[in-house]
Amino acid sequence: MPEIRNMTLNFGPQHPAAHGVLRLVLEMDGEVIERADPHIGLLHRGTEKLAESKPFNQSIGYMDRLDYVSMMCNEHAYVMAIERLLGVTPPLRAQYIRVMFDEITRVLNHLMWLGAHGLDIGAMTVFLYCFREREDLMDCYEAVSGTRMHATYYRPGGVYRDLPDRMPQYQASKLRSDKMVRELNANRQGSMLDFIEDFADRFPACVDEYETLLTDNRIWKQRTVDIGIVTPERAQALGFTGPMLRGSGVAWDLRKKQPYEVYHLLDFDIPIGVNGDCYDRYLVRIEEMRQSARIIKQCVQWLRVNPGPVMLADHKLTAPSRADMKGDMESLIHHFKHFTEGYCVPAGEAYAAVEHPKGEFGIYLVSDGANKPYRLKARAPGFPHLAAMNELVQGHMLADVVAIIGTMDIVFGEIDR
Amino acid sequence: MIAQLAAQLSFLPAPLVAVLMILLKILIIVLPLMGCVAYTTLLERKVIGYMQVRIGPNRVTLLGLDFLRGWGQPIADALKLMTKEIVIPDGANRFLFLAAPVVALAPALAAWAVVPFGGELTLTNINAGLLYILALTSLGVYGIIIAGWASNSKYAFLGAMRSAAQIVSYEIAMGFALVGVLTAAGSLNLGAIVEAQRGSVLHWYWLPLFPLCLIYFISGVAETNRAPFDVSEGESEIVAGFHVEYSGMAFALFFLAEYANMILISALTAVLFFGGWLSPLPAFLSDLPVIGTLLGDGIHWFVFKTAFFLFCFLWFRATFPRYRYDQIMRLGWKVFLPITIVWIVLVGAAVVWQLPPWFTRP
Repeated sequence: MPEIRNMTLNFGPQHPAAHGVLRLVLEMDGEVIERADPHIGLLHRGTEKLAESKPFNQSIGYMDRLDYVSMMCNEHAYVMAIERLLGVTPPLRAQYIRVMFDEITRVLNHLMWLGAHGLDIGAMTVFLYCFREREDLMDCYEAVSGTRMHATYYRPGGVYRDLPDRMPQYQASKLRSDKMVRELNANRQGSMLDFIEDFADRFPACVDEYETLLTDNRIWKQRTVDIGIVTPERAQALGFTGPMLRGSGVAWDLRKKQPYEVYHLLDFDIPIGVNGDCYDRYLVRIEEMRQSARIIKQCVQWLRVNPGPVMLADHKLTAPSRADMKGDMESLIHHFKHFTEGYCVPAGEAYAAVEHPKGEFGIYLVSDGANKPYRLKARAPGFPHLAAMNELVQGHMLADVVAIIGTMDIVFGEIDR
Repeated sequence: MIAQLAAQLSFLPAPLVAVLMILLKILIIVLPLMGCVAYTTLLERKVIGYMQVRIGPNRVTLLGLDFLRGWGQPIADALKLMTKEIVIPDGANRFLFLAAPVVALAPALAAWAVVPFGGELTLTNINAGLLYILALTSLGVYGIIIAGWASNSKYAFLGAMRSAAQIVSYEIAMGFALVGVLTAAGSLNLGAIVEAQRGSVLHWYWLPLFPLCLIYFISGVAETNRAPFDVSEGESEIVAGFHVEYSGMAFALFFLAEYANMILISALTAVLFFGGWLSPLPAFLSDLPVIGTLLGDGIHWFVFKTAFFLFCFLWFRATFPRYRYDQIMRLGWKVFLPITIVWIVLVGAAVVWQLPPWFTRP
């Protein structure tokens, strides 16, 4: 009788549930996973090395492309690290805008995660419901920065520009009648803040809608409860952060524990799980979306009544206004220097971390006093999560691997960098 | 009408005429069925589209008519699939690889031979109709297993294994559910089963055999490999499962088989538990002039009922997450099987004691 061997299955990198370019080599005993070996590097673009060859500001755009579903949060860690080295603090209004967009980004990310996780487990309708809401948030990105994904909106010293007074409108076309356009534009008549507030008001009802499809669904529970359990001790030992850690019941959130920007002024709660399984992590993220809506509303209220600058006036660091540039020699020089040489940052090192939707996203910067970083290191939350893949999937079935990949909320942009 | 046609052809030898007539009947069933299958794909995309706040196919028109936007889609799809190359992977068993889609499709179509569309409208009115159906619906899985085996792909192989295990478990629950029906009706003839349900909506077997009806339909969903039981193709797990290596028309045959099976299960649910061609309206309405034929019994009721269950298939797909493979097994063996056995005993007792109003014998 021939020797019985385990089957090796090459899962990815072109697998529908690989969330990008994950390649997993699975050693399976029938459908049961004996060992999972994640292979990384298929999306390596050398971001950290590239940043060493560019003035500080020119790398902001690279940060967007790290975790490409939570763009502004990546930028946030980067500009915060630069600001720490420079020893500057952006204006309060800019801090509120950053926090508001961090939370918008969190909702964006969690919607993407929920849709993809649902799709992995076979619930495909949630995906499109999530994308319906994502569309509005993408419009916010577009209104404020001009692009729907890679915003490059945060700058050292503030944010690129203040929030627009009106939202872009839909236009009637062959496919959209006047009546449809009026309906679509109904909540876009006011300023951007009105639009965001309207979104924050109706969003909890949307979350309820996703939950009716999933939370109490027997199949959903069978697929997620007790799958991929991580004990709090193991989660900490493995370097988990974000919902992966909180799902195990560890109340650790940088927004509360090491508040940055204006988080200490805002009122919000941190949900934590009990069992540390996929279902708890699902519940934690769902609740985080609701809390984000709360934070967004508070920011909107503050931003409404507190106009002011959104960028430092120090033009050694920030670009002067276009109008000044036309008539003022010094502004012209500042402009030229800003966009060619950039600014020099005092020698030293700094680590800045934000509570990114996926966990702790940190940027470690070493400066030798030049106009570009001597070394940049990004701490991607997804990396330790993926590293724990083998531990999480052992003894589970093939279908659970997919659920666990989903619950990790993996994005290869940040893991491979 | 067919009898008249046969009379016209009486100059031909009688056996030839019989064969010609049977072929004609087969065509009359299969061609509309294939049309239904094609348009079920469109229906699915449209229905799920609207459930998912999107529109679905709306580009390809028929004859350039604007109000038929989207209606050309199945035809365009068919053309595309027919012109695509059938790639046979290295190491695949060529004969089995190409035979598998046929093995999958043939039983799905052959089962229609005994489905009673209305009154006397059936290809063959055989007395063992139910057994025939049971036999043919189980045969379909061979296509899947052969496809998974012949593809020489691990994903396809896993899909085939899953499918085999799943069908074996659900076949039993399904069989027991049918035992309940045949006990109640006292016949294996599908026409007779429908006739046994005559009376009113409350006489249809969905009420006295309610658990069996649910189990039959759910097992049917499982047997056609549709969501939430689509583990054998589980798109996010094993990519496309057993048909991962198929392309072109070979793939299309699996697709046709799946949809033909869906329609078949819907039709059988209608026949076995919802009174087939019987009208749900009170009998006196069928005596009304003009609209009487519409309100009375007829093939249209069969079509409506089938369409409703077909819609349920699509509805399930848009709503439910996918079961895990072992959970499906658990559901089949530990939930469905005991329920069906208990209910068969109850039905048996009810039949023996002629429990009114359902089980009284004339």
